[in-house]
Amino acid sequence: MTADELKTYPVAAALAEAEPDALVGGKFDREELTLEIAADQIVAACAYLKNEQKFVRLSTVTAVDRYPDEPRFEVVYHLHSPERNQRLRLKCRLGGGSPEIDSVTVVWRGANWYERETFDLFGIRFRNHPDLRRIMLPEDWEGHPLRKDYPVTGDRV
Amino acid sequence: MSDGEIPGVTVVQAEIPEESAETPVPRPRRMTLNMGPQHPSTHGVLRLLLELDGETITSAQPDIGYLHTGIEKEFEVKNYQQGVTLTDRIDYLAPLSNNLCYCLAAEKLLGLEIPPMAQWQRVMLTELTRLNSHLVWLGTHAIDIGAMSVFLYCFREREDILRIFEMYSGQRMMTSYFRIGGLALEPPRGWQKRVRDFIDVFPSRVDEYEELLTNNRIWTGRTKGVGFISLEDMLDWGVTGPMLRAAGLRWDTRKTQPYSSYDKFDFEVPTRTENDVYARYLVRIEEMRQSARIIKQALEGMPEGRWAADAPHVVLPEREKMKTQMEALIYHFKIVTEGFAVPAGEVYQVIESPRGEVGYYMVSDGTAKPYRVHVRGPSFGNLQAIPEMVQGTLIADVIASIGSMDFVLGDSDR
Repeated sequence: MTADELKTYPVAAALAEAEPDALVGGKFDREELTLEIAADQIVAACAYLKNEQKFVRLSTVTAVDRYPDEPRFEVVYHLHSPERNQRLRLKCRLGGGSPEIDSVTVVWRGANWYERETFDLFGIRFRNHPDLRRIMLPEDWEGHPLRKDYPVTGDRV
Repeated sequence: MSDGEIPGVTVVQAEIPEESAETPVPRPRRMTLNMGPQHPSTHGVLRLLLELDGETITSAQPDIGYLHTGIEKEFEVKNYQQGVTLTDRIDYLAPLSNNLCYCLAAEKLLGLEIPPMAQWQRVMLTELTRLNSHLVWLGTHAIDIGAMSVFLYCFREREDILRIFEMYSGQRMMTSYFRIGGLALEPPRGWQKRVRDFIDVFPSRVDEYEELLTNNRIWTGRTKGVGFISLEDMLDWGVTGPMLRAAGLRWDTRKTQPYSSYDKFDFEVPTRTENDVYARYLVRIEEMRQSARIIKQALEGMPEGRWAADAPHVVLPEREKMKTQMEALIYHFKIVTEGFAVPAGEVYQVIESPRGEVGYYMVSDGTAKPYRVHVRGPSFGNLQAIPEMVQGTLIADVIASIGSMDFVLGDSDR
């Protein structure tokens, strides 16, 4: 979707004006709006959407592994505004080497566990996270199971 | 020998240290208490690390993951229809709610239109699931607080519901009755009578529970004013469902973003403002009455028609057609051997489960297996708020507070 088409959606237009560096793309598919955010601008974008656009709830944070494509990871945030009765998806792309992104726990404290889960299962590090530990798997577990190059069955070599 | 001396015994004066000039700093007498993961009131395998000052909790740290089964990874190696059976096992007290959310997500990707009869059956059965889940919650919550008999009453009605599920699907708990495209089987003969028999008496059974609890002085003493956490904090931590409604937020996905024809039903979304364990109890009791209303409407207004969508590439053909039509046989073979391809894209489908917001984020790459399925379980978000909720309260209130959250660990750990 071109930048002009994207601006027909009020949220996207407002975000593009308030944080010009943040919005890098987006799409509207099956009644759902996805905004692509520059990875280093995620905190600024989330803070704006929460404080000025009433997206007070962070529904979930997760990731998708596009292995072997590059950039390999998509970090996906689902926002919700009960007042506007709207949902919004944010997406940041990260390279496969050592994926890192700023934590949004400064915006929503509830991002804490979702980011821990994403760290645990995908190996994406969240900078400035207050307590970045594994949450599902034991502390001495090796590897990150939801990565596409992690086998589903078989012995660990 | 003078008085007071014992021969052969020398009395040694104990050395009393001289008092130092500085007053000693009183050390905090903190105790760390490990609650769970086998504690019965944690309903599964939640571990809480409590730090206590006397009986007051100074900090609490939930520890989860004991029930992690890698379901999200498992989805990626099953075809779409097989994935339904995994969703039962996520929230095992509300299996049909998870079935529904998964199917709706896949149907949104496929662009399938579900016939009204299947939609209404889905509504009726998910509301029965809500009753089922609330009954287990009420029974166990009451046991935790010390009201033993309520449990027996609740499980009496739950048994009726499980029998209805068994009649529909052959399974009491892991029903997998909703499939992508509609229902797994045609509704069984005589379902109307079974559901009617149940729903006619159920409201009076809710009265019974209320008689036991609502004005019970022990119950109100243990629940009123306990477990407060502000609405802003809850929204910030990701808490959803009856917890928010007991704090005055009238938000229910069934009303605000209706799915599966919930907009055709007449029901209220109960709210309270006290925001304590007692208010959450009242909200859930009222939700049971409202669910009963929905079930009754579904029963009386059930539309006629097919129970699965007219989509031969997704829904298995009828047995009879396979014997007479070549096409039906081909479709059957293709669906069974390789499944069906789902157009590329991504959706986030949200429904209102008994515990709160269930979300399925499904990514398709155009093949017959999902590229990624992420499950947003309500218990996961709710559990995060425990430290905030129990800090500064008494240890006995922890049991009541976490009971009022109504979490299922399978749902949070997946």
